[in-house]
Formats: sequence, structure tokens, C-alpha cells
Amino acid sequence: MTKTKKIPVSLTLASNRDKSDHLAGFLSISPWLIGFILLILGPMLASLYLSFTDYNLLSSPSWVGLANYRSLLTDARFLKSLEVTFTFVFVSVPLKLIFALALAMLFNTGRKGSSFFSAVYYIPSIIGGSVAIAVVWKQLFGRQGAVTQILSLLNITDANLIGNPDTALSVLILLVIWQFGSPMIIFLAGLRQIPIELYEAASVDGASKWRQFFNITLPMLTPVIFFNLVMQTIQGFMTFTQAYLITGGGPLDETLFYAVYLYETAFEYLRMGYASAMAWVLLIIIAVITLIFFLTSKYWVFYQSEGGR
Amino acid sequence: MHSNKRLLSDMIFYVFVIAIGIVMIYPILWMIASSLKPATEIFNNAVSLWPSAFVWENYPSGWAGFGGIGFATYFRNSVMITSIVVVGTLLTGSIVAYGFARLEFKMKNILFACLMATIMLPIQITLIPQYIIFNEIGWVNTFYPLLLPGLMGGQPFFIFLLIQFIRGIPRELDEAAIVDGCSKLGIYWRIILPLLKPALVTVALFCFMWTWDDFLAPLIYLNDASLHTVTIALRNFMDTQGSTSWGPLLAMSSLSLLPQLLIFAFFQKHLVQGIATTGLK
Repeated sequence: MTKTKKIPVSLTLASNRDKSDHLAGFLSISPWLIGFILLILGPMLASLYLSFTDYNLLSSPSWVGLANYRSLLTDARFLKSLEVTFTFVFVSVPLKLIFALALAMLFNTGRKGSSFFSAVYYIPSIIGGSVAIAVVWKQLFGRQGAVTQILSLLNITDANLIGNPDTALSVLILLVIWQFGSPMIIFLAGLRQIPIELYEAASVDGASKWRQFFNITLPMLTPVIFFNLVMQTIQGFMTFTQAYLITGGGPLDETLFYAVYLYETAFEYLRMGYASAMAWVLLIIIAVITLIFFLTSKYWVFYQSEGGR
Repeated sequence: MHSNKRLLSDMIFYVFVIAIGIVMIYPILWMIASSLKPATEIFNNAVSLWPSAFVWENYPSGWAGFGGIGFATYFRNSVMITSIVVVGTLLTGSIVAYGFARLEFKMKNILFACLMATIMLPIQITLIPQYIIFNEIGWVNTFYPLLLPGLMGGQPFFIFLLIQFIRGIPRELDEAAIVDGCSKLGIYWRIILPLLKPALVTVALFCFMWTWDDFLAPLIYLNDASLHTVTIALRNFMDTQGSTSWGPLLAMSSLSLLPQLLIFAFFQKHLVQGIATTGLK
């Protein structure tokens, strides 16, 4: 309504300003836009094309249709890498989040020193992905390593946790759980948002601590749980550095993570087409899982602003 | 009676929290302690966190490096790459965020959706074509492929974080500046950028730590040992000399974590706040 009342002069002025605004807008986002087109969108399309070809960097790509995708289905190492990665994600993510939530609840009681200890617990999250920690892990859990020695005092295990096909994956899962500090801090922030009146009302009604946890804390925390679950799952599927460095995918491919096999395929065997097909399968897996999380979220994620049930 | 119960629960709390705390920092303390142990003790006295005698020798002997190149070179490479990426991310990322948060342009919503979608994108999907492109233009075995993303706004997550922060700055400030004859660039430089400081610090800290830690990109792009970063050097050190010189290896590992541990020591509150409010790693 107001627009139609404007006199023509101001209209042209406004549209001139709009134009300069458009230009300024595009200029300001141009670093990202150029990067997006050249480093993301272009390469994504190229990768899709390459996934239908045979390409080793030396000769030009030759079209093979769906052959790469078809061979994936019968590639025993590929299927192994799927099994390893899914096991890793399904074991490590829930354990990490349960630890994170339990300790966040403990620190939320507001005892003295809570913020100091929660900060200390966060240190592994900062450095857990580094090569230095991979070096340490390899030593601690390897032959004659400190953890191995402690366990052998208790007569629990044989000499080498990393070299043993049955335990190698657990060593890597342990490394991920060790980094529960960052989801813990996100949980802690979530816990502090829950109105204290809810607990007071529940106490008056005589609800036990357990009932309060299941009927107040957990439902109120579901948006944070959802966020942590999505982020940690996606990260889990992309895990590369620590598996590559600590176990190198071995022994007997027991820790052949998806990203490790993809790296080997592309940069050691130079099978760029096949590796591109793997990359697209990974993208689809991650997209489907994220979609499942989002679609199911309306049944279990509780958003306060929508009004409670 | 009641206070006794309270005392007991406090005691259980502290015993439990301290016990887990020890487990949490044991690997780090172990690394530092072992880098100061005499060579034989790393295995014979593996569990202990206290060397029988403090040996500083591992540091100079690790610093001397291997294969004719010292760790001074690797640290210089890492510092150079990291500082360019951090500064580039702060400058270009804040301009891009300013555009998305404050300016109008065509297809803004679609482009914003693209930005958000790339946050979740697995890097494997672009890795291979990027490598092929950089290989074609002769940039493999240079720092350029590692620096470029930092000059293109940086990680999409950082841009998103800055956009959210700018949206929280009152628009009245912009409007007042326009009345005073301030240009769009002027608003960015004089109004937004100074107010954006807390968010920029958070981005700088995380960007520093992630770039410093980066392993995959240097692994793929840097061939010559003289160009290697600390992360690649440590890995090669471990693979080639690891079995014989654990002491120097752990000394250099400790040194490589020093920047992160210092950041943690000085900016702990900032980091914790950063993750709590944005869900950063």
C-alpha cells in the first residue's frame, strides 16, 4: 500500500539504490560465491561425472556407465568398510553422548569446581584429532604400551590391542568417546535453559528424581540431543585421520573406515572414477541418515515454542 | 543427618569427577612425561607419569628432525599456512557474512541455502576433482590449495556463525551511520567489524586449531619434505624412526600441541562459550 503512494522520483531513487545494493551485495559475498562455484559446485558435478568413468590421472577419463557402482556391490573390501564404519558410528556415537549427558547432569548440580572440571574434560576434544594424539594412542595401546601393561597386570588381555583384529576397532572407538567434552558442554548449556519451576512443581507433586529426569529433563533436552546426534553421526562417517594413522585400516581390514578406503582408492591406486563413485555413495548415505533424523524428529524432538504436550 | 548425607554425596561427586579427570588428561600427561624420560624408560616404566631422571635431550634431538630437515622448517610452514588462513578467514568471512546479514541481492535465499548445505557436505565429495584441478594448473606441491579456502570466506560454518552474530547487532546503528553519510563499506568497517569482535575471536581460535591440526589436505597436496607441515612431519617421523626414537618423537608431539594447549589456557572461557552457543566442535 505505502509503495503505491510514493511519487515517481522517489521510486527511481529507490530502484537506483536497490541496484547499487544488489551490486554491493554481490561484491560482498563474491569471495564465497567464487569459492562455492569453483571449489564446491564445479567439483561436485565433476565428481558425479567421474563416478561414471574410469580415470587414473594419466589418460583421459573413459565412460563406463554404472560399472563403478555395480562393482562396489561386489567389492568385499568396500562392503567391509561399510560394516566397519556403521559399527563404529552405532557404537561410538551413543556411548559418547551418554557419557556427555551423564557428566553434564553431574556438573549441572552446581558444586564448587564444576566449571574447572568441565573445562579439563573438554581438553581432549581440542586435541583429539591431532597427529600427536595419534602417536600417543599408538604407543599407549600398542605392544608394551602403558594401557596394555596395566591390562596385562590384571590378566585381561594379550600383548597388543592395536595389532589384534578383535580389539583394534575398540581402541579407535575409545579415542572418540574420550572426546565427549564438546557434546557435554552443549548439553550443559541445554540443561541450564530448563526452567527450574518445572522441577519445583514436580517436587511438590512428589515426583521422584528418576521421573523428573524422564518426564522433564530428557524431553526438554531433545533438541540438543537431536543436534548432537546429527553432528556426531555425520562426523563419524567422515572419520579419517585417526584410523589412517593409528591402525592404517588394519589389521585384516578390521578398521578399514570408509574414508580410509576412499583415500587409498583415489590417492594410492589412483582409481579416481571408482573413488568418486564411493564419494557419492557416502554423500547419499549421510543424506539419507540425516533425512531419517529430520523426518522422525517430529515424533521425539520437543520444541518448547510450539507449546508442550 | 541431612548434612551428613550431603557431605557423602559431595565426596562421591569429587572422587568420581577427579578419577575421570585423571583418565581424561592421563594421555596428555603421559606424552609430556615420556618426552622427558630416558630412552629405556618409555617402555620399561611405561605407566608412570614421573621420569626417574629428567632428560631434556629429546627436545633438541627431535628438533634436529630427520632426513636432513629440522622441525624449524615444519613449524615455519605450519605457522605460515595457519596465519594466512586465519587472517583470510576473518577478513573475507566477515565481509561475506555482512553481505548475507545486511545487504539485499538477487537469489539471496537460494545462495544462503547453498551456504547452509555446504556446512554438512562431506569433503570427500569435492576432494578428488579439486585435486585434479590443482594438479592441472600446477598447484600440487605448493601451499596455494591449502590457502585458497581461507581466502574464499573460510569454512561455511564460520560464515554462518558470523551471520548469526551480525543479525543480533541493532539495525538502528547502520541507519544512523547512513544518515551521517556512511557508505556500505563504511558501515562494515566502522560499525559492524568493531562490534563483531567477540565472534571474530571465536572464529579465529577454532580456525587456528583446525588449520594447525589439518592432516588430509597437506597429506594430499604437499610432496616435498621441505614444504611439509608439522602434522605430516610427525607422521613421517613416526613411520620412519618411530620404533627407535620414541623420546624425540614424543617431544615433538608435545611441542606440536603447545599452541592448542596455550589457546586453551588463555581463552578457555571463550572456547567453552563458543561451543555452548553455536555447537562448534
